[in-house]
Amino acid sequence: MTLVIGIGNPDRGDDAAGLAVARRVRVAAARRDVTVTELVGDQLALLDAWDGVKDVYVIDAVCSGGAPGTVYTFDAAQPLEARFRHRGTHTFSLADVIELGRALGRLPARLAGYGIEGAAFELGAGLSPEVEAAVDAVACRLLAELKAGV
Amino acid sequence: MTHDSDGIRVPALARVEGEGGIEIVVSDGQVTQARLDIYEPPRFFEALLRGRRYTEPPDITARICGICPIAYQMSSCQAIEDACGATVTEPVKALRRLIYCGEWIESHALHVYMLHAPDFLGYESGIHLARDHPEIVARGLRLKKAGNRLMEVVGGRSVHPVNVKVGGFYRAPAAADLRALLPALEQARQDAADTVAWAGTFTFPDFERDYEFVSLRAPDEYPITQGRLVSSRGLDIAPAEYDSHFTEFQVKHSTALHSVLDGRTYLTGPMARYSLNSDRLPADIAAAARAAGLGGTCANPFRSIVVRAVELMYACDEAVRLIRGYQPPDPPSADVTPRAATGYGWSEAPRGMLYHRYTITADGTITDAKIVPPTSQNQRAIEEDLKDFAAPRLSMPHEQLTWECEQAVRSYDPCISCSTHFLDLRVRQT
Repeated sequence: MTLVIGIGNPDRGDDAAGLAVARRVRVAAARRDVTVTELVGDQLALLDAWDGVKDVYVIDAVCSGGAPGTVYTFDAAQPLEARFRHRGTHTFSLADVIELGRALGRLPARLAGYGIEGAAFELGAGLSPEVEAAVDAVACRLLAELKAGV
Repeated sequence: MTHDSDGIRVPALARVEGEGGIEIVVSDGQVTQARLDIYEPPRFFEALLRGRRYTEPPDITARICGICPIAYQMSSCQAIEDACGATVTEPVKALRRLIYCGEWIESHALHVYMLHAPDFLGYESGIHLARDHPEIVARGLRLKKAGNRLMEVVGGRSVHPVNVKVGGFYRAPAAADLRALLPALEQARQDAADTVAWAGTFTFPDFERDYEFVSLRAPDEYPITQGRLVSSRGLDIAPAEYDSHFTEFQVKHSTALHSVLDGRTYLTGPMARYSLNSDRLPADIAAAARAAGLGGTCANPFRSIVVRAVELMYACDEAVRLIRGYQPPDPPSADVTPRAATGYGWSEAPRGMLYHRYTITADGTITDAKIVPPTSQNQRAIEEDLKDFAAPRLSMPHEQLTWECEQAVRSYDPCISCSTHFLDLRVRQT
């Protein structure tokens, strides 16, 4: 089984990028052994979300000063680069949770994913146009990978 | 950390909820000011609520903070019910207390294990602690999960719970679903007891303060959802009297309002709750607190980690008691009919007293809203403490001073998410 997890805050503009990717993948994923979930808020819950699953994709928003809509990839076989350690209201970044999972022996056998550079994170805002486009692009890439069984 | 002509600047303060920071101004070898800097307008939600239906505050205000949504839901429900003259049944009150226990458990477990304990054990973060002591961090995460699970079963989900409404709940959880939580909660209670003993072994700086403590106080229970508001210097008021005693005002360096009680600085939160209500704890929990070095009161902010551990134990104990005595509320909520009035509500969020006030019209439209989160209330106490804490430590190397000041701030478990976001930490010498 492959698990796709979109994380973010639906009320904070581009922070919802990961959630938007998850929704597109859920609609389009043809394989029955693909489960899609959305995680809002406390990212420590990732440790429970992927517990017992060997193949996991995570999609998150990134705020690292890059051009809005830029897509980054990661593979948790290595510590994540600094851009995935952005600070947010979740206290623990994706990079933090992955390192905590590594320390506790609670990482999936394969954990990879995408980051999407956001433009704005204001309360109550929607996705910016650049991030909307990136969400579509990441969803397409992810669906292709799932179809190919990468 | 970088040095420049203005003194020392360091990046954002680590391990507080949200992002926050402190500026310490030093002049001629004296600390002239310690400031908690807050930049984001905290009143966004109050403005957002104006013009909305009286039934909406529990859903809207739950989004203020991902760590303590239940606190916002409970204070807002009680304020709206007060405005409408509605009363809720005892089973609804018990279920509210139960879901609130879940929030205390998950919030306190997060702070004790992942945010605060690393300071006492010499680790940079909970992640570094986990590398050397995975069994300790696993215990904290197990506790946190027990709290989150309780919030999910009662609230529908643990982040922004959807089952809470004005008057009660949309649906009463099945007794069997709650009973299924008992093994994990009984394990959590043992884990919490172990946490109290463990935290009691830490070494704490000698930093006793002369606080005016403010917390709820109820006749027969340790306060969570209800009670009068009391202080260690004689305050004893009902919710409608809050605005007569507490004044909020702006300061130049922060967009989160400061608050004073009849002109005085005060402290709300676990230390205040414990110091004003330790006589309400069951005997075995009070004994565990004493064995961990606590007296009947606690005025050393560094020691607040032990107080949180004691409250963890109490919340687990209460959750087990409430589930064993659970009677599904039927109906799950009271009818709440709008009327033109102002209503007042409060409860004890994990970080302290959370006050809500709403004015509604006869057709149920909100015309005014006021929300006073605990971190905003504690800003002045944090600043005064930090000033006195830093003063005798100015001869320390800057890096060590900064590190110790960061530890001091973390003792209060500031939830910048509630009051604001995005702050920096700096020690500035002029």
